[in-house]
Amino acid sequence: MKYINEFRDPQKAQILIEQIRQISQQIATDKPIKIMEVCGGHTHAIFKYGLEDLLPKTIELVHGPGCPVCIMPRGRLDDAIALAQQPNVIFTTFGDAMRVPGSKYSLLQAKANGADIRMVYSPLDALQIAKQNSDKEVVFFAIGFETTAPSTALTTLQAESDRIQNFSLFCNHVLVVPALEALLANPDLQLNGFVGPGHVSTVIGTEPYRIIAERYHKPVVVSGFEPLDILQSIWMVVKQLAEKRCEVENQYSRLVNSAGNAVALDAMQRVFEVREMFEWRGLGDIPLSGLKMRSEYACFDAEAKFTFPGKQVADHKACQCGEILKGVMKPWQCKVFGTACVPEHPLGACMVSSEGACAAYYKYGRLSIEREEVKVN
Amino acid sequence: MDISRWKMRQGKKKFQERTVTLAHGSGGSAMRDLIDDVFVGSFDNPTLSLLEDQARIDLGSLMLLGDCLAFTTDSYVVTPLFFPGGDIGSLAVNGTVNDLCVSGAKPLFLSCSVILEEGLEIDILRRVVDSMKAAALAVGVQIVTGDTKVVPRGSADKLFINTTGIGVIKTGVSPAAFQIQPGDIILVNGSLGDHGAAILVARGELSLETDIQSDCQPLNGLVDAIVSVCPNVRAMRDATRGGLATVLNEFAQSANVGIRLHESAIPVRKEVAGMCELLGFDPLYLANEGKLVVVVPPDSADEVLAAMRSHSAGKDARIVGEVIANPAGVVLLKTEFGTERIVDMLVGEQLPRIC
Amino acid sequence: MCLGIPGQIIEITDIKNKLATVDISGVKRQVNIACIVDDTHPVESCLGDWVLVHVGFAMQRIDPDEAAETLKLLEELAEIQESLTISN
Repeated sequence: MKYINEFRDPQKAQILIEQIRQISQQIATDKPIKIMEVCGGHTHAIFKYGLEDLLPKTIELVHGPGCPVCIMPRGRLDDAIALAQQPNVIFTTFGDAMRVPGSKYSLLQAKANGADIRMVYSPLDALQIAKQNSDKEVVFFAIGFETTAPSTALTTLQAESDRIQNFSLFCNHVLVVPALEALLANPDLQLNGFVGPGHVSTVIGTEPYRIIAERYHKPVVVSGFEPLDILQSIWMVVKQLAEKRCEVENQYSRLVNSAGNAVALDAMQRVFEVREMFEWRGLGDIPLSGLKMRSEYACFDAEAKFTFPGKQVADHKACQCGEILKGVMKPWQCKVFGTACVPEHPLGACMVSSEGACAAYYKYGRLSIEREEVKVN
Repeated sequence: MDISRWKMRQGKKKFQERTVTLAHGSGGSAMRDLIDDVFVGSFDNPTLSLLEDQARIDLGSLMLLGDCLAFTTDSYVVTPLFFPGGDIGSLAVNGTVNDLCVSGAKPLFLSCSVILEEGLEIDILRRVVDSMKAAALAVGVQIVTGDTKVVPRGSADKLFINTTGIGVIKTGVSPAAFQIQPGDIILVNGSLGDHGAAILVARGELSLETDIQSDCQPLNGLVDAIVSVCPNVRAMRDATRGGLATVLNEFAQSANVGIRLHESAIPVRKEVAGMCELLGFDPLYLANEGKLVVVVPPDSADEVLAAMRSHSAGKDARIVGEVIANPAGVVLLKTEFGTERIVDMLVGEQLPRIC
Repeated sequence: MCLGIPGQIIEITDIKNKLATVDISGVKRQVNIACIVDDTHPVESCLGDWVLVHVGFAMQRIDPDEAAETLKLLEELAEIQESLTISN
């Protein structure tokens, strides 16, 4: 596949690994260099290709909060389920959200209990369902970061121009940089640099990360998703650390520019505004970190159209996702990892989707856990 | 009353109904007419034509074929009923035939039990039955007993089929998962995930267009080819639901061994790979309906591979991995980067991902 | 975070609604191309473009020169490393 296979070349990976090893040795202390890959897509690729095992011991990857499914708080899931269970509603969602547990159960269980819940690949498909079912109210569960937000904004604008009245969004879009700032403001955070989310950056560009480099003095390298992209980005972060630079660099220049995508940003701007506060599973309330629909689009806003509980539900007490996301703790050091908290019955954010750090370790990485434990003992 | 003339008229009566009604499951003449016209006429064999409540099979002739009976059952509930590369009818024959023949058995007899939804078009039923007939003929099995039930509209999705099968295993052949040992070699007979991908596309919910066809096919000939060069084949299984990954996890747990797969050796069609990239699926877990996972002792591997490749159902056969002692009960994948990761059992079904 | 995949636009299906067919390794799907259209790059000129596909939208065009540049840099790294290995 063009633009994929070239970036999966194992020989070139070896070269990057060697470069990373040489540079990281120059700056090695007794502690490893901790680099957070923000995006769940990167986490997924790192595990799928076993990249952690290629990296020298001087580098430790911390898996960030960049999975819109993992960070969906239980209360919002309860609201989604309540919407889905209203009479006359067809509730549409991406597949990812189906298994995420609310405080009692998931959308998958709500579907089994009789709610009309349908998986779609695109919000445009949800709009199509609304056109085909004019006697029903079709609600789309809008989740995702800035990559996905333009698609739901454009779908809303399409619904407006097509004069569709039975379509609305349950908007849960979230923003990357405020979440990173919330992490960075934490005194016990242990991170040396960031591998930045490539697909979010196709929309927002590289400028918004400048604050991380300038105010918090951490290098950021916006990265693509193939193994060579990720390794090259890690190399670029380490190089910045060795040269005592803190800049925003762009490894994913084939898709990302500094200003982002004007059409996508404009559509988001027209339809959405920033929420004062949004709750993240595992991280709590983060100011200015979520999007809601502007009042002009209230007729497409499920939160304005329907009533539902709207209650916050605290994270599970035993869950230590917050510590894991800060890089203070490894997934398997959590008391409930692999016992009370498993992919079949996740308690916390990081076990919810296959992109969460805990789920990835549980699913792919038990061998690396064993190796880590051997290192420690 | 002239009974003989009345009987003649009965014999000539043409079955002309267009849709299935509850009467067709009531046990009365409507049901008998449907069974006679659609099933008995089509499957056409002397055992079925007797219309007894059971098929009677001569033990003597079975015993000439081997010393062990294989007996299996499977239900088929696929949506849509017809898809590129097959349909519920061919699936219901080939699926059960494959469950028999992976034991090394020669498949002989099938039952065909259908549950019909009220309102199903008779023409659809005919097409399915014709497809079953053709599939049975291709394999050389007879459909010798059956049952028809009709449920009210909404109680079933158009048409469900259960087929149960009997075959005879040749003396001296006994593949079973517990026999797998470290050092053994694992082979598959071709590309993975075709059926799962074809069904996903055929459902139309994702609005995708591809040329992917289901790999629905009988594997009895291929198994014969394998057994003829390697009677001591350790284990065979057809990788249906849950795909290759699920079968290998079952093997690893049954025999308490480890399994190492080689990513670069796993055959996946480019369209299936593209679909998996698009939806965030893993082809290792996608369903197949004509794919065999074979485990053989290391000294037989090359010969078995050659035998598989010489058969039409195994043209693209490959060695995909080997059995290792540790970690026991675990399937590993050696990536193209030389790293290893665990290939676990699937939690629930694969759902399309956006992230 | 966001599953995106490269595909090529093989047909413009609806100029007004900015819809096109994209081909991903032999899998075709209709996508909305509003995000890659502007005054300098109208709908008609999108035919043949390689784009990043995400949830039924073409989010951005892939810049072939930049992709080649990234790969070239990796090649150069290999050469540097080789010369180091030889000189040691």
